[in-house]
Parts: sequence; C-alpha cells; structure tokens
Amino acid sequence: MIPSPKAVRGLLLLGLLCLSACGRVEPWVKPYERQNIADPLMSFDRDPISSAYLHHVYDAREAARGGDGGAGGGCGCN
Amino acid sequence: MTAAQEAVVAVTDSLRRSIALLNIALLFIFSSAQADVLPDERIDVMYHSYNGGGTQIDGPAVLVRKNFGNSISVSGQYYVDSISGASIDVVAARGVDVESGASPYAEKRKQKDLGLIYLRDRTTINLGYSTSKENDFDSTTYSFSISQTFFGDLTTVSLNTSFGEDFISRNDDPTFEEQEAERRRYSINISQILTKNLIAALSVESAVDEGYLQNPYRTIRYCVDNDGDNSICSGSSLPAKEKYPNTHNSDAVGIRAIYYLPYRAAIRADYREFSDSWGIEASNYELRYTHPYKDWLFEFKYRAYEQTAADFYSDLFPYVDYQNFMGRDKELSPLTTTTFGLGVTYQLPTGVIPWFDKSTVNLYWDHIKLDYKDFRNVLVHQNRAPGDDPIPFGQEPLYQFDANVIRFFWSFWY
Repeated sequence: MIPSPKAVRGLLLLGLLCLSACGRVEPWVKPYERQNIADPLMSFDRDPISSAYLHHVYDAREAARGGDGGAGGGCGCN
Repeated sequence: MTAAQEAVVAVTDSLRRSIALLNIALLFIFSSAQADVLPDERIDVMYHSYNGGGTQIDGPAVLVRKNFGNSISVSGQYYVDSISGASIDVVAARGVDVESGASPYAEKRKQKDLGLIYLRDRTTINLGYSTSKENDFDSTTYSFSISQTFFGDLTTVSLNTSFGEDFISRNDDPTFEEQEAERRRYSINISQILTKNLIAALSVESAVDEGYLQNPYRTIRYCVDNDGDNSICSGSSLPAKEKYPNTHNSDAVGIRAIYYLPYRAAIRADYREFSDSWGIEASNYELRYTHPYKDWLFEFKYRAYEQTAADFYSDLFPYVDYQNFMGRDKELSPLTTTTFGLGVTYQLPTGVIPWFDKSTVNLYWDHIKLDYKDFRNVLVHQNRAPGDDPIPFGQEPLYQFDANVIRFFWSFWY
C-alpha cells in the first residue's frame, strides 16, 4: 500500500518538529558565560600523558578499575 | 499515467519538498549550535618513576598529537617501564635477598598506543589501538568510542568499548604453557556543565575478563601440618600455586566535579564505588586544589581508597587444597591507600622555545601509603636475627609500605 502524500508530509513534519524542539532547548549557561568553564583549570584531563600514568599506578596497586572517566581501554599490564 | 503512477509521483514530490524543508530546519538547528573542536596539538615528553615496596619502576614516555584539518586528529604514544628490584611477592616466592641485591631482578615493559579521532559537527568518533610487551606478557587492546554534545554543548555523552587479549608466560620456566586471557570493557560517560562555574561528570563502567587471570609467579601459603586454625599455624608454612576463577566481572560508578572559585583557582572532587564478582568492594574519594600564580600553576591533592578482600583470598590457608580457588595476591586483600600529591607547572615565556606556541615544564610528586589489613610480612622469618624468638606463622606483622611517584614532563603546544 502506498501512503498518501498527506501522511508522508505529516510524518516528516512531525519529525521536523521534534528535531526543532530538541534544537531549541535553551542552554542555561550561555556561550558568552563560559569563560571560566573554558579555563584549562576546569579540564578533567589537563595533561593526558600524566593522568594516564597515575591511573596505571593505581590500577596496579588496587583491585578497583574503571569508572574514572578514562576511555575504558587499559593495557591489562598490571 | 495510471492512478498508481500519479500517487507515486505525488509521494516522491512530497518527499522531495519535505526533505528540502528538513534540510533547512537541520541547517538552522546545527548552525545555532557551536561545533565541537579537536584536542590541542601538542607533544609531551615525560620521565616517570615509581619507588616503593622494594621495587623501582621508571622510564620515559612520549605522546604526540597532530590534527589534520578540522575533523581528524591522530595521536601516538611510546611508553617504557624499566623494572628493577623485587616486590615482597617475588622475594617470598623466589627467596631473593632484595636488600643485598644478591639476585637482581630486572625487566622492561614497552607500550605503544595509537589513537584516531574523527570529528563531525558535535559527534566525535575515537579509535584506539594499544600494545604492551614484556618478556613474559603480551597484551593488545582495541578501543572504540563515540561521543555527542547536546543542549548547546552543555552535555556530552560518550559510549566506550574496548577489547583486549593477553598472552601470559613465565620467563623462568620454559615448560610453562602459554596462557591467554580476554578483557572487555563497556562504559558510558556523561559530562555536564551545571553552572558557569561548575562542571560535573558521571562514569559507569563494566569490565568482563575471561581466561588465565592470575599472576603465574605468585603463590599462596598453607600450614604444613594441616593444623591451621584461625589463620595461625603451630608449625611452619609452605607455598603453593594460586588458583583463580577464569572469569572476573566488575562494575564501577564514578562521579567527579570541578568548581571554579571566585578567584582564579579550582577545586575538584572525585568519588568512585566498585564491586566485582570476586567479592571485592571498594571506594575512593579525592580532593584537588589547583591555583595559578603568574606563570606558575600549583596543585595539591589528597586521595583515600579502601577495599574489602576477595572471597578466595587468605593470607594463610589451613591446608594445601583448602578450597577450589585460593589467592594470596596482596591486591586481593583488604587494604587502604592514602595519597598526598603536589604538583607544579611553569609556563615558559613565549619564544623561549622556538616553533612552539606554548611550552610548560611540570613536576608532580605523589606519596602513597599502602596499608594491608590481612597480608602479613613473611620476610620477618628470613630477616630474623640469630637469637630472636621465632614468630609464629600467621602472626607476622601486617605488611605496609610507602611509595613515591614522580612525573616530570615537558609539554609543547604547536
């Protein structure tokens, strides 16, 4: 059965409305208010080479693993 | 033209007009949002050192990141661990006299990592490949992650997965048949800008390991006269091979946040809960304060970690085949670690090192205190002075040691 042009247009417009709604969620922190957030001090991983090494040290000495924001890789070398 | 053909043409026409409308709307939606950006192009050269518990591990690491256009970023890392000395496990298992260095113990581990980032609008795809090689341990890991920013870039969600394969052998026993293990990890990270001064992130990660999961060198100890009672032997004890389960599943949930203080400085808090199928439960928290002053950046850190024991862990088993699975790996015992850390970064004046936009020198020192609550220091028997009363097996003092971790690195942005 071939859907009517009206139904197709309706479905697409519905999808369009959903997308438009998502796109219009107002960010409560405006782009011009993010100078503090953009400061390198606010980075969770300011120096990746250094933080990866310390994660490796903890992984080798403690049983817990994961949940620390890493990419979930790990060399399995502890 | 038949009625059916007319209907198809009408539908096609309608689709074409609707898609055009959709494209205009998408253009509006995406042009109103700021596209994400690639990580900084930089080179890091690091010397790292770990010294504690009779073991010295140090070596270099180099990490290079280069971007191609606005959508491709490639990184490569080379990392070396040079291991010397011997931990208490090695000393106890091999009878090596660490203090005199009579039986020196040295090996190297080399790790290579490659990463590829593909960025399109607000979506980032990350591919990773990592290998680690030692003379008795080879490991390869493949990773994939995809992340997307939402709500005007206030929220970033990333889904990550990795698969790793390990090949384990013994460098002192050619008859030891090579063993294998597989590692899989799945995680979701959500980071959220909460206010103009506060960012937080939540990570949930599951890990599944299968195969040979124990360390082939480590041993348990058991009472030689089969008379163990309350983990104390009336006679002496003997070593035997560990026996671990072939599967290990774990779950971890971590939350962390950084707050920008009213002056230019930041305070960070981390908390993590962990549990696994071996009965270990662990948690840790960390507080970090970062304070810039002119071209300097200072960091102060405190971290506390604690864990319970694995179900099959015992410091001293009553007899040799006491249960199906037996382990005496100190990382499976109940323990706490406490870390104090200091770090300092100096940003060199622009132009001091040509070709680079920005260069920093960084020194971080972490002092870790490790206290084992049910892992005893068996070295007291071999270190006992003549004339001293023998210490009953199972009543040795609990093991503890301090470790110092140094990270000294240069970073260059270009």
